[in-house]
Amino acid sequence: MKVIVPVKRVIDYNVKARVKPDQSGVDLANVKMSMNPFDEIAIEEAIRMKEAGHVREIIAVSIGPQQAQETIRTALAMGADRGILVKTDEAVEPLAVAKILKAIVEEEKPELVMPGKQAIDDDCNQTGQMLAALLNWPQGTFASQIKFADGKLDVTREIDGGLQTIEINLPAVVTTDLRLNEPRYASLPNIMKAKKKPIDMKTPEDYGVDITPRLKVLKVMEPPKREAGIKVESAAELVHKLREEAGVI
Amino acid sequence: MTSLVLADHDNTSLKDTTNKVVTAAGALGGDVHVLVAGAGCGGVAEAAAKISGVTKVLLADAPQYAHQLAEPLAALMVSLAEPYDAMLAVANTAGKNVMPRIAALLDVAQISDITSVESPDTFTRPIYAGNAMQTVQSADSKKIITVRTTTFKAADDGGSASIEPITATDDPSVSRFEGEELSKSDRPELTAAKIIISGGRGMQSGENFAILEKVADKLGAAVGASRAAVDAGFVPNDYQVGQTGKVVAPDLYIAVGISGAIQHLAGMKDSKVIVAINKDEEAPIFQVADYGLVQDLFKAIPELEEELGKIGL
Repeated sequence: MKVIVPVKRVIDYNVKARVKPDQSGVDLANVKMSMNPFDEIAIEEAIRMKEAGHVREIIAVSIGPQQAQETIRTALAMGADRGILVKTDEAVEPLAVAKILKAIVEEEKPELVMPGKQAIDDDCNQTGQMLAALLNWPQGTFASQIKFADGKLDVTREIDGGLQTIEINLPAVVTTDLRLNEPRYASLPNIMKAKKKPIDMKTPEDYGVDITPRLKVLKVMEPPKREAGIKVESAAELVHKLREEAGVI
Repeated sequence: MTSLVLADHDNTSLKDTTNKVVTAAGALGGDVHVLVAGAGCGGVAEAAAKISGVTKVLLADAPQYAHQLAEPLAALMVSLAEPYDAMLAVANTAGKNVMPRIAALLDVAQISDITSVESPDTFTRPIYAGNAMQTVQSADSKKIITVRTTTFKAADDGGSASIEPITATDDPSVSRFEGEELSKSDRPELTAAKIIISGGRGMQSGENFAILEKVADKLGAAVGASRAAVDAGFVPNDYQVGQTGKVVAPDLYIAVGISGAIQHLAGMKDSKVIVAINKDEEAPIFQVADYGLVQDLFKAIPELEEELGKIGL
């Protein structure tokens, strides 16, 4: 079967996001960008499915600026087969992303779409669920294990308080959580090979999707700062302060 | 203006996170209704009817809602959406699972994880793991919202809303519940605990968490962990506090052997009082701690347990 993995270009997870002084957003200039870590896990899982013989082709899709092509190249170097870049310099909200992905699904007819559970920039955690809704497909969100079973999927989900396992029909959308796997590093020969793999260039207009935002960002601010407090010398002093000064025990 | 709040429950008891979402819904103005969807959940509806500010409780009691599966639950909520201006749920795994599905079916944006209501169409929410706060205004006719409950006060009990049973919608039958493994513990849940003691990579092993558990038992605290400790295999993932784990805001948070990576701070920095115990005085955790103890945790924690005993805990 065919799998589509959407990959998003975001500020590298090791870099601290800085708010612009004019409060219009977060500064992306000269900041290291990488593939969203949850999407990297999804690519890895798709490759493992291919290695296990469940999957024939992996398509990495990114919606973003020209540089998002690098993110697709990373996916191709890891082991995806081809890419689709839907190029736009606008910020695209999850609903519009889901609509573009739906149009791609209708063209490519995959049996599985596997996005990361959320992007670490806007932290929305919406796209996979929205896509499943628009396609009228079942969803397995926050997956920590995915098993093929008689033309269906058993998805173990990370839920509050533990794990839940559900069985879902295919085609389906599964969103990946941290525990699912540890993504591989692309080897140098694979990075070279990836340069020859095809990437289709598209635009949101090609899919007839209106990406006008529904939400207007009024401002982006620094969170309230916490001041460092005091140092104590011993457990005894700590207990005394917590009881007498802070009153929390 | 009328809002519908999706109740957070386990078919037997209503969680107080629901009361917090009712507070957020109340801030939008107008009436607040609560939907209790589950199986054998009549008791939950009675509890929801007692929340102050709630004027009506809708009760959808049917087998397909027993495990809050997204497909049947979204179908039900979309069928109910017409008279409502806003639908809200807790930003927990259940709410995050179902609400975007509803938003897409209604062709509206979802506003995730709101931490405050600025006006009926304007909300503030954390982005970049809480390193920035974004204020957004929604132009959609219906608002679909998940609420980060740590920043809203729980609405009191004292109401007496009517309970209206509603007919279940057809189960799309594309997903089935197979089983769950919930962590069993006599300690409070992380997201509900007033006091949390968390261990990091400095704990060195899972066995060593036993010394934190002793302190937790004295304080009636929940035990958490940093992602580093979870990744090292010391404790299961549901212990994880941080951007990729649980976001908590207890009265007292004690970070033990935790350096204070951005991703961990994002999950606990709204705690009222933060204590850091770490032998590395340069650890970033001390920059957010109200009380810091620079000491080897294997000396400090047993002493802490003993000192708590001395004051009768």
